[in-house]
Parts: sequence; C-alpha cells; structure tokens
Amino acid sequence: MTLGALAGPLGVIGFVRPHLDWHALAPELTLLGVGALLTCLDIALAERGRAVTSALAGLGLLGVLVPILTLAIAGVHSEPRVMFDGAYVVDGYSLVLKALFVISGYVVVLLSMNYVAEGDYWENEYYGLVLASLLGMIVMASARDLISIFVALELLSIPAYLLAAWRKRDLRSTEAGLKYFLMGVFASAIMLYGMSLLFGATGSTVLADIAAAAPLDRGADAVPTGAITVGVIFVIVGFAFKVSAFPFHTWAPDTYEGAPTPITAFLSVASKTAGFVALASLVFVGFWERDDVYGPALWFLAAASMTAGNLMALRQKNIVRLMAYSGIAQAGFILAPLAIAGVSTISADQAVSAVLTYLVIYAAMNLGVFAVIMTVARRTGTGDVASYNGLFKVSPGLAVVMTVFLASLAGVPPAGGWYAKFAVFQALVSADTPAAYVLAGFGAVNAVIAVGYYGKIAARMWFEKPAEELGQAGRIAVPFSLRSALGLTVAATLVFGVVPATVTRFTDVSLLAVAVGG
Amino acid sequence: MDAFLNGWGLTLVTFVPLVGAVLVMAVPSSRELWLKAAALGSSLVAALFAILLLARFSVSRAGELQYVVDRPWIDVINSRYIMGIDGISLPLLLLTALIVPLCIVYSFGHFPEPRNPKAFLALLLVLETGMIGTFTAQDLILFFVFFEIVLLPMYFMIGVWGGENRRYAAIKFFLYTLFGSALMLVSFLAMFFLADGTLAGLEVARTFDMRALSGGATAGIARTSQLWIFAGMFLGFGIKVPMFPFHTWLPDAHTEAPTVGSVILAAVLLKLGTYGFVRVAVPMLPEAAAAWAPVIGLLAVIGIIYGALGCLAQRDMKRLIAFSSVAHMGFVMLGIATLTPFGINAAVFGMVAHGLITGMLFFLAGSVKDRYHTMEMSRLGGLLQQAPRMGWILGFCVMASLGLPGLAGFWGEFPAILASYNPAEILNEAVFRSYMVIAAVGTVLAAGYLLWMLQKTAFGTAREEFADSPDVTDASPREYLAWAPLLVLIVVLGFFPRLLHEATDPAVRESLQVEAVNGAPGDCLEVSRGEDCFERLRRVSEQATGGG
Repeated sequence: MTLGALAGPLGVIGFVRPHLDWHALAPELTLLGVGALLTCLDIALAERGRAVTSALAGLGLLGVLVPILTLAIAGVHSEPRVMFDGAYVVDGYSLVLKALFVISGYVVVLLSMNYVAEGDYWENEYYGLVLASLLGMIVMASARDLISIFVALELLSIPAYLLAAWRKRDLRSTEAGLKYFLMGVFASAIMLYGMSLLFGATGSTVLADIAAAAPLDRGADAVPTGAITVGVIFVIVGFAFKVSAFPFHTWAPDTYEGAPTPITAFLSVASKTAGFVALASLVFVGFWERDDVYGPALWFLAAASMTAGNLMALRQKNIVRLMAYSGIAQAGFILAPLAIAGVSTISADQAVSAVLTYLVIYAAMNLGVFAVIMTVARRTGTGDVASYNGLFKVSPGLAVVMTVFLASLAGVPPAGGWYAKFAVFQALVSADTPAAYVLAGFGAVNAVIAVGYYGKIAARMWFEKPAEELGQAGRIAVPFSLRSALGLTVAATLVFGVVPATVTRFTDVSLLAVAVGG
Repeated sequence: MDAFLNGWGLTLVTFVPLVGAVLVMAVPSSRELWLKAAALGSSLVAALFAILLLARFSVSRAGELQYVVDRPWIDVINSRYIMGIDGISLPLLLLTALIVPLCIVYSFGHFPEPRNPKAFLALLLVLETGMIGTFTAQDLILFFVFFEIVLLPMYFMIGVWGGENRRYAAIKFFLYTLFGSALMLVSFLAMFFLADGTLAGLEVARTFDMRALSGGATAGIARTSQLWIFAGMFLGFGIKVPMFPFHTWLPDAHTEAPTVGSVILAAVLLKLGTYGFVRVAVPMLPEAAAAWAPVIGLLAVIGIIYGALGCLAQRDMKRLIAFSSVAHMGFVMLGIATLTPFGINAAVFGMVAHGLITGMLFFLAGSVKDRYHTMEMSRLGGLLQQAPRMGWILGFCVMASLGLPGLAGFWGEFPAILASYNPAEILNEAVFRSYMVIAAVGTVLAAGYLLWMLQKTAFGTAREEFADSPDVTDASPREYLAWAPLLVLIVVLGFFPRLLHEATDPAVRESLQVEAVNGAPGDCLEVSRGEDCFERLRRVSEQATGGG
C-alpha cells in the first residue's frame, strides 16, 4: 500500500516498473507462449503444420497446468500474491479457476480434433483463437480491478465471436456469430458505462478501494451513493448477458445452435464460467457491502433464470437448444448463492464455495453431454431430440454415459450434480433469511421441473425403438479423442458425486479474507 | 470374524450388489448363463453377509447401533461415512437381502419384454445397494444419497420393461419422489444449521450425524422452525410411503412395472418412507412430531378407507393389490402417529409383514398374468381348478393380507389399531380413539375387497377362452423356489411375533426417548402438557449453548 501511495505522485514524473511476480504470472505467460508458437509454426510450415496443430494445442494446455501446480505447492492458498496495487491477485480462488479453465479448454480441444479435421476448417487459427480466449479467462480469474476485468472480458469474448461464426458456409453459423457479437458488444457497452460511474463515484478502479468507498454509512455527501447504485446495476446487467441469465438470455439458443458444437461446449462451460468469476469477484470484493442493490437484483435473476430456462427447455425439439435453455436454468442455480452473499461473512464464504463447487461440477457434466451429442451427431447428422430414440439398443455404452450426465444435471445421486445443488441449498439455508428460503423453494421446485426434460431424453434413449437416423450399422464408432473426452468427463462426474471431498478440497476458499487482508 | 464384521460387515453388505452390477455389465450379453450366475451370486453373497450380521447381532443390546463404522467423508459440511444398524434397521435389511435374490430367481425363466437380462439384472443390483444403504446409513447426507440412488434404476425398470402406459408411470414416479426429496433435503439442511451437536456430546455444532440429531442436538430449535422442518420431511417421506393425498403415483407405477419391479416396490421401496419417519423425522423432532401427529393420523385413516374403497372399484387385479398397499401403509402410519412404543413396534412389524405378503401377492399377480395374459378380473376365474396349487397359495396370501390371526399380517394391523386407543400422553386421546374406530372399519373393508378378488380370480370355472389354454399350468419349480421362503416367513412370524419384537422393541423405545439435556426433564412425549415440557427443555439447552 505504501509503495502504491508513493508510486502515484512519482508516476507523473516517470514510469516506475511495478513489481512483477514472474512465478505468479507463469500460467498466463506459458499459455501466451504456446499460442505464439502455434502461430509461428503456421507461418513456417503452412499446410504441413496442420497435423500437429491440435496435438500441440492440447499438450500446450497440459503444460500450462505445470506452473499452476507449482503455484499450488508454493502455498498460494495461504499467502496470496498481489500485484499492481491489488489489481491482479493470484490466490487459492483464482488458481482453482485457472485449473478449471485450462482443463475445460483441454477437453474442448479433444472435442474439436475430429470435428475440425473432418469439417475441413482452418486448424491453426481455430486453436489459436481458442487459446487466446482461454488466456482471457485465466486473466479474468485473477483480475481484481475494473480495467483488468474489462480487458480480460474482451480478450475472451472477441475470439469467441469469431469461433461462433466458424462454419462460414452455413448461414446459421454466421447468424450465431453475428448475434453473439452484437449482444456481446451491447452488454460490454452497458457494463463499461456502469464501470465509469463506479470510477467516477469512488475515484478508483481497484475493487478493494471501491469496497472501501462504497458502503452507505460513509455519509451521503462523501460518496454519491446513487451513482454507485446505478453503476452496480449496470455492471450486473452486463454480466447477466455474459452468463445468459433470463431476461438477457435471448442470444444463447441461436448462438449455441449455429456455432460449431465444440465451440458451443466451450461457450456454455468456459465462457460462462468466466462471466460468473467476474461477477463473484465484483460481488465479494467490490460491492460486498452494497447487498441492498445486488442482493435483490441477483435474487430476481436467479429465480427468473431457473424458472424461465426450465419452462422453455421443456418445449425444445433440438438437443443443442435444449442444452442452451438448460444452461440458462443452471445459471440461475449458480447465481442463487451470490444473491445472499451479503447477509453475513459466513454466508459469503458459503456462497463463494458453493459457486466454485457448482462451476467445477457443471463443467464436467456439461462438457460430457456435448461430447455425447457430438458423437451421436457423427452418425445421425442431426440435433433432433427424436434421433436419440432407442440409443440404448444401438450403443448401450453411450446411452449409459449420457444417462450419467443427465442424472448429474438433474441432481440425482450418485452422479456429481447432486452435490452442486446441495452446496447451493446449503449456502441459501445458511443465510437464514426469508428471501433465501423462498429462493431455496424456487430451487427445489425447479430441480423437479428440470427432471421433466432430462428424464425425457433418458426415456427416449431407453424406452423407444431405435430412430431411423441411427441406421443399421450397429454401434456408433467413437474416435479416440472423443473417447478420451468422454472417459475424462464421466470419471470426473462420478468421482465428484461419490467423493465430493475431491471438489470441496479445492473450492473451500474465501474471497472476503482476501479483500480484507489484501 | 467379529472384528471383520464390525469393521466391514455393513460396507460389504451394501456394496457387494454394486460390485455385482459392475460384474454383470462386464459380462458379454451373449453369455446369459454367466450373467445370471454373476447376479444371483452377488445377491447371495450380500444375503450371506446379512445373515452373518444377524447371527452376530446382540439382541440384548438391540437398542444401540451395532457394527458402527465412522469415517470422514465430506469434511466441509461435517458429513461423515457413518453406518450402523439397530433393531429397527436389521429386519428391513434382512428383508431386502432376502427379496432381491428371490426376485432374481423368479425372473430367470422369463425376463419381461424386451428381455435384455444384462441391463435388467444390473439395475436390480444397483437398486439393492440403494435400499440396503438407506437402512444402514447413519448420516443424513449419506442417507439422502442412498435414498435417491433407488430412483433411477426403478425409473428405468418401469419405463423399459413395464406395461403399455409405462412412460407415463415411470416419469410420474420419478417426479413425485424427486419433489419430495428436494424439500426433504432443504429440511435436512435447516436442521444442520439450527441444531447444536455439542448438546449431544459432539465437538462440532453443525452435524448431519443421525445419532447426535436424535440424541438431543435438536432440543434448542424454536418450535415454529421445528414445525416447518418436519413439514419438509413429511412431504419427502410421505410421498414415498405413500400417504393419502400423495399416493397417486403408486397405482400407476405398480400396474405398469414388471412383476419383479412391483415386488421390490411393494416389499422394500415403500418402506424407505416409513423407515424415514421412524428413524429420522420422529426421533429427531419429537416436538414437531407430536404437533403433526393428529394430521398424520388423519391422513393415515383417510388412506385406509380411501385405499379400501379404491380397491373395490378396480377391475384390474394388479391395480387392486396396489391400492391395498395404500390402505396397509395407512395402518403403518397410524401406528407411527400414536408416538408410543407399542404403536411404532406395530408399524415396524407391519412394514415387514406388508413386505412379505404384498410382495408375494405381486409375484402371484405376475404369474397369473403370464398364464392368462390379462389382469382383467372379469375375464379371470377358476384358478383353483386349472392351477390348484397356485390358487391355494393365492388364497393363503389373501388371508394373510386381510390380517388373519396366526399369520404375519395380523401383528402389523391389530396392534396399530390397539395403540391408537391409547396414544402418547401428549396427544389428544379422543381424536385418536375416533381414528381407531375408522381404522377398524377399514379392516372389514379389507376383508371385503380381498375376498372379492379371490372369488373373482380363483373360484368358479375358467372362461371359455382360457379353458384349454396350454399356457395355464400350475406353479413351476422356479416359482416355488422364489415363493417358499416368503410363505414360510409369513407363517413363522405369524406364530412367533416375538422373533421380531425382541429386536425392534428396545430400538423403538430408544428412538422415542427424548433426551434430557443437562438435567432438564426428558421423555416429554409421555407427560401431559408436553408442550411445556419441551419449552423447558429448549430453555435449558439454550442456557447450555449460551454458557458454553
């Protein structure tokens, strides 16, 4: 802090290089290096490089896990590393998320391999953009400053806009990209306006400083409370677009349907997680004491998203659109603990653990569903829900795996999803306010509605006669990369469900302590 | 041996079937014999462990948990892997371990369409793990997980191998139960945050340990909160039982399920609900239980009468037996609602007896359907002429089901009625005595519909369409093998109810004991003006937590 205070006035005279913790930045730098290597390789080898690109991207991502691991061993959990006057923090929370992003990215690369190669798309740019987007995400995990958050958000979004429109010969993909782009830019603009209000009112972009200036009891003359209120709402609305919460969800189904399926998986897991991460950082570090504003706003978003998402999912005929609406409903569940975070420090800690736990388990089961969807679509060539009829008789293994994922999404033990829902309910009940109990009631009812459509897919797979699209060729062939992705996600989903301690060991972190201590 | 059983017995009896399921899935589906051997073998190993546990079970200490295992599981929420059985769990554990191998033997000759024995047997074994686990778990979260595990296999069993309306019945079963358990989970969580484990001698305040929660940890929870928490559990368990307004999933599920599915559903799955009341809801929240008891009792007697009238309106034999379950479970719930050791002992006995008898009736219904290809009672008849042995077995089971003294059904029904003459001191005697009268009328109706069913199906002569049918044969050896143990047990328990009571009674008394905290009065259920007693208990426990 003293260094920062000194650097301010000195900064007018000359640039002082801020302290850089190279170890803490190693994951970001490694990922950057892998991306750069990929591009250089493309320039040097041109067409001949195609064969190694995907393997290099995958291995590179595994390589990024190394510095994350060494940071964990170095004890970042107990001693957070703070850089740039508190704008960039590497702590237990951000480390878990970085690992989550990198592993999800790896699964997305696995999903992409056959898809990109068989679809005859440019490989190099594709993987390069995926890596760039991932870089934005792992920066987001550490960003504790409005500007870093915004930069991270744009870095992860802009490649995603391009990737959504990757199937350029298909009109629907172009529509997907355009819709995603326009909505995303719109959301960014709203968010940026909110951020400017926050900066104007508090005089700082660092979340910890905003937290210090934001409380109501500072006296109305010191800080313009109204401006902060509006700023908080605008920022939340901006991120509500990103996480596709109702009523800001309208882009999601079209974009999901039109985008290449691996990118849909990427958007629905990694990109959405990044939105939640930013929201969590903002709520827990920046706005925590203004729960009079974000509490009701997030409460409404949570209740509306789970209800609307579920009700609309019931009517879907296309599996990808169905998953889009299911994702909206799941987003409601993830938002719920954030709504009650401000009740007490205990409920805040419960809430952040619940959100992290949900995100980790959600990533495993949702990526798994998309892996099955891609495998089945290789045979049927359609996303029609009816093409899943009788899958159990054609490919029993795939049907069982899909059933595990669906059970997990529905929250039926022993698949992992039950613990995610449980953590959310636990956080809500820990708040012990009427609003929290009502939200828990919403959650309970919605958990049942969701079974309606997850169960319907399971029923189609098990109870019906095989669909014509599945053909007579016997079992569906599963290429090696998809097989690995399926194995990885189904193992994770089951392990998380039977031994939830494997998740909670990492997600039991507190953001508040960091805010106060840092 | 004892050390081994103490450490591993319950874990093995719970998870051996799951290992069997994995084994079955690993065997190629063309090797049907291996499939059968793997499934029957693993269920028999589980049954063997259950018998070993019974042999080494100390009846004189039946009130305490035995074979307790206590290991860390999910540290963040203080949820532990705690297993243990007492005199209430043991009979239900044995019942489950017995029924599943019998079901496997029964299904050997003819797997229901569309066959696929591999998936059928694997699901059956997963189901067994869930059911046994529910009876052995002593941690609420563990209990919840096992309670839910049974959902999916049953859903698929009804949906894949069921009758014409199977999809509707399967999803209805699933949605109803899941709705109940979601609310139940919220109740568990509320209890987790409001109860104080230190009152029951634990080191931590927040706990899911069922021993602590029924051992006084909940004494400090405010009355209104208790009432709400109990309401959540009431829905969760009440739907599973099923109690009167939530029963509508049951006739559909039973009618559509394949024979083995119906048997498991009737014999064990319904007991998960009543077991939940006896093990979780009543001992953990005795004050709320006393407040809700009149409502439970009322719904129970409505269920008895409504179920009986429903039976009289049926034309389908299987549906009739399903409705009779609603009535029988009404007796069980009435016994529980009296909150007396006498009533709850009757309830536990009723659970076991209903499992044996109604399980048997569903087996018979399945066999009748195999022979006549219909369940329409107006088309059946003359079973005693065409298949006399099976006809007599049906008659025997009908007698057992209507509560004939000397058979197991009597000891579940009659004491439950008797107990409501003299409910716990805290309850209103007049209300329960009127319930008693209504329940007694229910037994008459039960005799009516059961004898009517017997008359329709077994008496008279066969209709012309079946007179020379080659399908109609008498019971086969496979059927005898599956039925004999159940029939023997119905008679044995009818003559020696002590066998069961000796084990259940200490455990029931223990579960109804309201723990005294720091010298406060205990046993508030058995004093008049019990509300004041509970209030005193709450004040004392507040002082205890406030001071410590």
